[in-house]
Amino acid sequence: MITYLAKRILMLIPLLFGITLITFAVIHLAPGEPVDMQISMSPKVSAEARQRIREFYGLDKPLHVQYVQWLGRMARLDFGRSFAPDNRPVTDKIAERIPITLSLNIVALILEFGLALPIGILAAVRRDTLLDKGITVFVFVGFAVPTFWLALLLMYFFGVKLGWLPISGIHSLGSDRLGPAAWFLDMMKHLVLPIGVMTFGSLAGLSRYMRSSMLEVIRQDYITTARAKGLPERTVILRHALRNALLPVITFLGFSLPGLIGGSVIFETIFAIPGMGQLFYQGVMMRDYPLIMGILVIGAFLTLIGNLLADICYSIADPRIRHGRT
Amino acid sequence: MDFRSSYFYSVFWKSFRRNRFALAGGVVVAVLFAVSLLAPIITPRDPAAINAYQVLLPPSASHWMGTDELGRDVFSRVIFGTRISLYVGFVAVGIAMAIGTLVGLVSGFYGGWFDSILMRFVDIMLCFPTFFLILAMIALLEPSIWIIMLVIGVTSWMGVARLVRAEVLSIKERDYIMAARSIGASDIRIIFRHILPNAAAPMLVAATLGVGGAILTESALSFLGIGVQPPTPSWGNILTSGKDYLEFAWWLSLFPGLAILVTVLAYNLLGEGIRDALDPRLHR
Repeated sequence: MITYLAKRILMLIPLLFGITLITFAVIHLAPGEPVDMQISMSPKVSAEARQRIREFYGLDKPLHVQYVQWLGRMARLDFGRSFAPDNRPVTDKIAERIPITLSLNIVALILEFGLALPIGILAAVRRDTLLDKGITVFVFVGFAVPTFWLALLLMYFFGVKLGWLPISGIHSLGSDRLGPAAWFLDMMKHLVLPIGVMTFGSLAGLSRYMRSSMLEVIRQDYITTARAKGLPERTVILRHALRNALLPVITFLGFSLPGLIGGSVIFETIFAIPGMGQLFYQGVMMRDYPLIMGILVIGAFLTLIGNLLADICYSIADPRIRHGRT
Repeated sequence: MDFRSSYFYSVFWKSFRRNRFALAGGVVVAVLFAVSLLAPIITPRDPAAINAYQVLLPPSASHWMGTDELGRDVFSRVIFGTRISLYVGFVAVGIAMAIGTLVGLVSGFYGGWFDSILMRFVDIMLCFPTFFLILAMIALLEPSIWIIMLVIGVTSWMGVARLVRAEVLSIKERDYIMAARSIGASDIRIIFRHILPNAAAPMLVAATLGVGGAILTESALSFLGIGVQPPTPSWGNILTSGKDYLEFAWWLSLFPGLAILVTVLAYNLLGEGIRDALDPRLHR
């Protein structure tokens, strides 16, 4: 197990290196210089001041020197200062946004699993019945629905038409004067729609995946054996089949992470949630280069960690992976 | 299966025909093509014609899907949006297929360190939250329809590369490749004459499913204001007005979204139908 873990972690190093290289390349492929935007805001900047700013950001040096310097600063978790008017360190700006995005995603993920697994199992067990067909239709529609559109419809219906739920932000105005219980309730009301839409967004994929994984397992000989022993169908499905069918789902979880994190841009922009996605969107609109680079690297890093966790879970669940070739 | 034989088509069609969902998807896709070709004839009004006296009108007999905040006919804009969506979907998927196929072929056929490097590159690209990468690239390059197609293509080829590589790995061990080699066929000839045609079927499935994904991505980008730029109508940027006028004009939100839903659904059904018809294991 230790060797497997060590190997797996060592493999992260070239990936991390590649992530920084691609991020750097993406930013520097763009025409114009990162400081152009900052300078163009104040037309009075002279050529000399321009040069000073370029030197300040190290833009007068050759690209590979810039890359190494950037890498060195990043190793110390210093992503530079934001180009936004507040000019704060990018690390601070990201750090205060990450908890919101992560916790929303985790809650949505838990709900997604809680719903998708039973749906998938049910569809597999009742294969080709009306229920299975109904679920299949739901899955196909779920795949095709643009989530931001669904968000708009729900905002219209529950927010505008019925007036039950607030449609933007995560707190009401003046909620800081409420007691802790009321404050929490207020926040929950704000989060129902975003989390609901986020959950729905990935529900279809997972339930479909669970269904096919379950169908695959049910065909196996050991399931026939379990049935032949006269075990009740419930035990066969929930004890013998489910465990094995869950294995590929762990990998699926790892693969779906980049989509989840990336999707936060859309949800957070629509619902005005102050998370990392919204920060990134604002950064992109203002061409805040240090911020864009920082979030790209951190977003990819989170995915790496997520994949690592998924792999570790998988190897715990399936000894074949641990002991066999990786 | 070799898609060049007529036997292949008869087996394929026999199985595809029985799948009503897939047929429906195919019909809708065909209709969408017709609509986008005939857009100027079908649309009752100029999609760009502004009318200050008919702002935000609800759907009626003269404006089937109402009007937007500038008095433009939403129905006409949605119809013209079909063009943009199909266009972006096809070109973006074409780019992704081209890159993915090339990487997958080279990687699978030559193997060795070349394969390792290319596949690590794929791993790295897959680490980035795709939407973040797309946003960053578009914002730095100034949004235009060309940039969008390019960026969606450049960020979505990795799955194709893996798929093609896996196909190549299995095909290159077959006897007919050995036969081709033994009569002195060049690598290029083996790759393009013998391997690629035999890998074409799963690639077709991936491409069809990819179009739906690309259309969804384009609409999300346009919705966020960094995709297709107004006044060019796209389903995504009509929805932007839909959000701005959510409290007064539900029709601005409802119809373009339905168009996206139906289109993506049709492509997915078609793609899945093709997959099922191609996969002999699924024939019951």
